[in-house]
Amino acid sequence: MDLFLQQVLNGLTLGSIYGLVALGLTLVYGILHVPNFAHGALYMVGAYVAYFTMVDLGLNYWLAMIAAGAVVAILSVLCERLVFHPLRHAPPIHDKIAAIGILLFLEAVVQMYWGADFRRMPTPYTEILHFGGLTIPAQRLLIIAGAFGLMGALHLYLKKTMTGATIIAMAQNREGAFLVGIDANRVAMMTFAIAGMLAAVGATLFAPINLVYPAMGHLLIMKAFVIIILGGMGSIPGAIVGGLIIGFAEALGGFYISNEYKDVIAFALLVVILSVKPTGLFTKGVR
Amino acid sequence: MDRLMNFLVSPVLKWALLVLAVAFPLISSNEYHIYVMATAFIWAIAVYGMNIITGYCGQLNLAHGGFFAIGAYVVAILTVDHEWAFWPAFIAAGLAGAIFGFLVGVVSLRLKEHYFAIFTLCVGFIIYLLLEKWEALTHGSLGIINIAPPEGFGFVDFTETVPFYYLVLAFLVLSVWLVSRLSRSLLGRTFLAIRISDDLAQSLGINLMRNKVLAFVLSTVYAASAGALYAGVVRFIGPAEADVVHTFDMITYLLVGGIGTLMGPLLGTLAITWLTQMLQSLEEYRMIIFGPMLVILVIFFPRGIVGGFLTWRGRRLANKASQQDRGGESQASVQTPSTPSADKQEAGNNA
Repeated sequence: MDLFLQQVLNGLTLGSIYGLVALGLTLVYGILHVPNFAHGALYMVGAYVAYFTMVDLGLNYWLAMIAAGAVVAILSVLCERLVFHPLRHAPPIHDKIAAIGILLFLEAVVQMYWGADFRRMPTPYTEILHFGGLTIPAQRLLIIAGAFGLMGALHLYLKKTMTGATIIAMAQNREGAFLVGIDANRVAMMTFAIAGMLAAVGATLFAPINLVYPAMGHLLIMKAFVIIILGGMGSIPGAIVGGLIIGFAEALGGFYISNEYKDVIAFALLVVILSVKPTGLFTKGVR
Repeated sequence: MDRLMNFLVSPVLKWALLVLAVAFPLISSNEYHIYVMATAFIWAIAVYGMNIITGYCGQLNLAHGGFFAIGAYVVAILTVDHEWAFWPAFIAAGLAGAIFGFLVGVVSLRLKEHYFAIFTLCVGFIIYLLLEKWEALTHGSLGIINIAPPEGFGFVDFTETVPFYYLVLAFLVLSVWLVSRLSRSLLGRTFLAIRISDDLAQSLGINLMRNKVLAFVLSTVYAASAGALYAGVVRFIGPAEADVVHTFDMITYLLVGGIGTLMGPLLGTLAITWLTQMLQSLEEYRMIIFGPMLVILVIFFPRGIVGGFLTWRGRRLANKASQQDRGGESQASVQTPSTPSADKQEAGNNA
């Protein structure tokens, strides 16, 4: 039973990070209908910025997280302005290729400056807590609390503020949003900034129990895509639920089925689900 | 100027290119250059496959590198572990490409646009993970060494660079010829119709699923055959062949040369390969240049070199035709209304 609960805890940790990254992806998709393949690279840049503000500048963990969030938010807005905005009327294949271009560029730049070594990010929270037979590293608790705190904050922002409402309005109906005078450029930039920030904070939370390296975003971004397909592309609750599903499937599958193949589980799940229901699990009707 | 333009679109140019390619090993005595050219041709074959599904049929397939690796691994496993000769293994690789392509295609092509691209990205990753983890079959992350080279006949020995170059060239010419036949056939037009609009194509009575799967299988057979040739020349392969970076490389080649054009894939592959060779110290960091280049190309020059040229030529011919029309109108005030449009149409067809 304790072993099972331990896996549930692992699943919750993984799922909350996946959910955070998938949230950014699904927000961007909802507004611009762009599958942003560069989102994983933004996540990776966030981890590097946090790492170097901690190690080189000697700042503490929370300042590093804020710095990473700010830098990646700006980077993300730049991507929107310089790349996706000029391509808004282009055929859909073009912005996918452009997103791949950004991904390749960011990875190469990071690799050039900081090398391809694997690094371990330091964290001030190294205690290990015990509840009965459960062992809980403090960093994992922080991940779960941080991720769900951010999701709650995002929910309040989208529901209770005017700018949040404009984002929802544009995701629901583009033309309708224009009719009531919503500035599309502003909403797009806001969305990209939020998405970038979520990715960077997620990276700073997750990196201490994982490693920092240029390709760290690859696997994560693909899982995030699996998640938003499961949850319905553009759906915010779908991204969170989907993240938890994949997190639990991986933790439990990795423990009870095969640790070797645990990364395949998410993709196998996707293949099975899309073979049965090509529009995703929670979507209403065909897009 | 007009002569030059006509030369560039005439079949004469293709023959001239072929002659150049045949003469290349005689002109260049540097064996390394010949080797680079041969591997570039192999990649070009794979890019032609990608052009069928992505360029003609309009579906962005991000698992293409995975199918390339499947072809390479089939040859490697059959020749090393089961002691097959190269040529039967080569045919088996093509068949494996077709079978896996069919299976993946039947599932993935039910999805549209973004869903299809993401799904194939995941398929590519599954292929990569399986090649790395399934040690009993694929030797895991160590890779497979001592793959059998293609057997020669008589005095021809394909382990040497120059004969292998000609072998690859023959396959390349065959591939280009098949694609050129395809692009002019009814099937090619069908693919184009699907690229322009799924709904429109369907309303014309085109069976979407059957044609898309056919395009997909053709492309994976190209990729697997190219992978098999690659295994034959490099003779060492590892799971890195299935890395998604190779797929991205191929997209770059395709986009630079001109997506959906006949000579684009070849031109793009050769241009980028030699550019990379010249910047060899940058090999590791080539993506710093290629990444922004991809973005700039899709924003400002989405048709690539060949596509851009064809558009420019078409516009020029159309302008000329309409100028002639205007000249005709001032001379003879009476004119049948149908002539100008007919002229334009003819100009358009030539382009």
